[in-house]
Amino acid sequence: MEKIYSNRKYIIIGLFIAIGLLFIARLFYVQILVDKYILSANNNVLRYITQYPARGLVYDRFGKLLVYNEAAYDLMVIPRQVKILDTNELCRLAGVELKDFIERVKKARNFSKYLPSIFEAQITRENYGFLEEKLYNFPGFYVQLRTLRKYTYPIAAHTLGYIGEVSPEMITRNSYYKSGDYIGISGIEKSYEEILRGKKGLKIRVFDVHNRDMGSFQDGKYDTVSKAGTDLYSSLDAELQIYGELLMSGKRGSIVAIEPSSGEILCLVSSPAYDPNLLIGQARKKNYKILSEDTILVPLFNRALMAMYPPGSTFKLVDALVGQQEGVLFPDTRYGCPGGFAIGDGKIVKCHPHFSPLDLPQAIQYSCNTYFCRVFKSIIDKKPFLSTRQGYENWRKRVMSLGFGKKLGIDLTGELNGNIPSPAYYDKYHGKNRWRSMSIISLAIGQGEIGITPVQLANLTALIANRGFFYTPHIVRAIGTKDNLNQEYTKKRFCDIDPKYFDVVIQGMENVVAAGTATNARIDSIIVCGKTGTAQNPHGKNHSIFLAFAPRDNTKIVISVVVENAGFGATWAAPIASLMIEKYITRMVKRKDLEERMINSNLITGKLLENEKGKGNILPD
Amino acid sequence: MKKEKGIFYRIDWILVVIYLALVLIGWLNIYAAVYDEAHRNIVDLHQKYGKQMIFIIAAILLAMITLLIEPKFFSQFANFFYGISILLLIFVIFTGKEISGSKSWFQIGGFGIQPAEFAKLATCLALAKYLAAIDINLKKPLTLIIAGVLIVLPGILIILQHDTGSAIVFLAFIIVLYRAGLTGFIPLSVVLLPLCGVFALLLPKLILVAILFLVSASVYLYGKRKLRNILIIGAVFLASVGFVLSVDYTVNKVLEPHQRQRIQVLLGSNTDLKGAGYNVNQSLIAIGSGRFVGKGFLEGTQTKYNFVPEQSTDFIFCTIGEEQGFIGSTIIICLFISLFIRIILSAERQRARFSRLYGYGVASILFFHFAINIGMTLGLVPVIGIPLPFVSYGGSSLWAFTLLLFIFIRQDSLRYELI
Repeated sequence: MEKIYSNRKYIIIGLFIAIGLLFIARLFYVQILVDKYILSANNNVLRYITQYPARGLVYDRFGKLLVYNEAAYDLMVIPRQVKILDTNELCRLAGVELKDFIERVKKARNFSKYLPSIFEAQITRENYGFLEEKLYNFPGFYVQLRTLRKYTYPIAAHTLGYIGEVSPEMITRNSYYKSGDYIGISGIEKSYEEILRGKKGLKIRVFDVHNRDMGSFQDGKYDTVSKAGTDLYSSLDAELQIYGELLMSGKRGSIVAIEPSSGEILCLVSSPAYDPNLLIGQARKKNYKILSEDTILVPLFNRALMAMYPPGSTFKLVDALVGQQEGVLFPDTRYGCPGGFAIGDGKIVKCHPHFSPLDLPQAIQYSCNTYFCRVFKSIIDKKPFLSTRQGYENWRKRVMSLGFGKKLGIDLTGELNGNIPSPAYYDKYHGKNRWRSMSIISLAIGQGEIGITPVQLANLTALIANRGFFYTPHIVRAIGTKDNLNQEYTKKRFCDIDPKYFDVVIQGMENVVAAGTATNARIDSIIVCGKTGTAQNPHGKNHSIFLAFAPRDNTKIVISVVVENAGFGATWAAPIASLMIEKYITRMVKRKDLEERMINSNLITGKLLENEKGKGNILPD
Repeated sequence: MKKEKGIFYRIDWILVVIYLALVLIGWLNIYAAVYDEAHRNIVDLHQKYGKQMIFIIAAILLAMITLLIEPKFFSQFANFFYGISILLLIFVIFTGKEISGSKSWFQIGGFGIQPAEFAKLATCLALAKYLAAIDINLKKPLTLIIAGVLIVLPGILIILQHDTGSAIVFLAFIIVLYRAGLTGFIPLSVVLLPLCGVFALLLPKLILVAILFLVSASVYLYGKRKLRNILIIGAVFLASVGFVLSVDYTVNKVLEPHQRQRIQVLLGSNTDLKGAGYNVNQSLIAIGSGRFVGKGFLEGTQTKYNFVPEQSTDFIFCTIGEEQGFIGSTIIICLFISLFIRIILSAERQRARFSRLYGYGVASILFFHFAINIGMTLGLVPVIGIPLPFVSYGGSSLWAFTLLLFIFIRQDSLRYELI
């Protein structure tokens, strides 16, 4: 009987072998075929802690700190590791509602079970203290240190810009950024992002199942050191900027001031402005919404770069230069002005009363429309040119060499090209070759389809002050240390106009202030040269424009001021420009009642500001 | 008596070598599992690996003593040992120390003794003795019942200690019964039952009943269509339906919560990675991260940082999986399978029925522990805490297994004689 059953040994041995093979197959699956366990293992134990470097600081041209960093704390969560014993306690510590809490963990889990997500961004310093103490009770949660930007003065918001969370598009475009990182979104923060951000570092640390830090992974072999961001020295003069924003309060427009010997921008004011500290931290989303929805003031719009205006009478300076260069105009060229310039069909370009005839410097001094219409006509209709088109093309070339019609190349984003219409445009509008100099005569006085940006106006002024060349306007003068000058902007750019033609124009501009259309811009001890402009605008009152530079020789500052819907150039733009010049050169302003009048007038609502802004309090000593 | 050849030549050295290899591997892996930088000395008696070293030395002494004992001693005193272990099992229910929910340990000094481990050995001896008697026929119901009681009695007592894991091991004796002549139907059912249970938990009841009906119908149609067959098949059909329907009830109402959770984790209906699923998940992560060659001795990050619980006892295989990788794990599995097969083949060449059946008992018990322990670490079997023979940390289990094996080796040295 035994013999029958002895065969059963095969079945039993077979069972043993079958189970053995089953295990080996399962091992193969778990250890070789599938990745998820090794991934989990690495995440289980290793935590990749990004070391965020301090972002570069921004100083003004005299070394005053404009933008600095403040520490903030993000509460992070790795869903896989979460083992919660007391949800309520954690909610209380993090300042989060229970309902919110569940949703956030779900959201983090949907994103990734193994990768960290931000659970609560920018915890206040007080909460961080309480939280850090108790965090060992909540595996899966940890705190990550971040830095936020803070602004010493509530100025230059458009120029300095702000930082915010990086967008998904940017992340796919540039693998340096991970979700939750910060990146410059506008202004200097954006255009100098790569220099300011430094380089992230990485520390890999080992954590055990109780969320205890067990030390560096492999003694830090794979760690990388973070590199702090490089500081920037901007060309801005903080005091001047503060003053400019003060003068422009209650008005729409811009002030651009440049140091002509270097192209460094001394101030870039766009009004209405806002306090840059509004757009940092947890308040940013709320405040940005308010600012961006303000369609009346449109404070987020940088008018100095992104607004285009017709230059008005300031453009006569261009006529004067191009005319001389073309040989159709001389310092003693005289034209009589019967009160206007007839362009046919009974239409007249009107001019304001002044004595007649005028030579070139006087024409500038009194801003005679007739004179420059005639100059313009003679440029376009110059004999060697076979057609209006040819003459216009030549004129356009000269004008564009003065920095108009295309971007200057400033180191901020958003700069407009401006517009000097192409011949093709007029072809389309009037019909091919069916337009003459008379058809486009409004260009002579800076009206019509011409569009310039305030920066381009300031640049023109610099060009004049330098008598024939300019440096690309830029906002950052040195990188890293005060003396490491920004190499991109040290090249002289020459225009098509010969230097000898500038003297007479400068003379005219001096007279404008001394005895011409802008006598209210006079400053006692400084010779100021300027040109008024009153740009007509179909939407409302004329824009008030003024260009100036001072002193006349060894010029320290050139400035362009645009005040929207303000009337004559002399009324608003000129006094503001003059006050700015006085402030910059003498570092103090003597004409107190003029100053007060400028500060307290509100051209937007028409009401007098009664210490509304209170910005006077923030003037530094 | 003739002068016998020295015992030295009749010891099955292959078994001894495999035993020593496993014990050594166990010791090294316990060291790796518990290792931390501050305590590097492998012979540190305050650490588990130091203690295991003591256990191993004691075990080897036990083994040597066993080999010197007169073999008939074991068969003659089998029933006595059985009786003692039953008493101890009862005793520990009242005076034992409670450890993690089960009351199955005696505390003596700094060491614990677990009667259940020795009960397995005693039952193995007693069962072999009973089945080796003349005129035993397992087809007779009375014989079957007595054998069943021998097995089930210690099992029930262990269940009363809340150590369900150790109790389940007694099912291994079915293999012994099978070899001794038990109808194949019973082992088959025991194997199929869990599978049906799994299906019962996973599939809706209606579909299950439908499948059973189809199966029964085809069995009937395929065989002789006698009335008797209809009755038999019908009875089986009803029984299986009853079983299927009762599984749900059993799992939800009879089992304790942690047992229910473990089954759910296995089936995937409970993915709570923090509670019941945590152990298995960590185990799989540790093993899976070993990849092909493993991370190297003492380099396992999962074990080093205590992510796997019970890593020196129930989950010792994780350390092997993580540090020695697929290669190491497969080698261990092959070692064990070779051990079992060797014991079976060795059992077959015994002239004495007692030795043969005892050998089958040894192989079955060892195999059962192996299958459940490693199956659990691989996520194939619900978490049932039983040690991996010779490898897991623990004095009681190591001594019990050592005795289990070496008693057989001693019996085997007289393989040509009738005892």
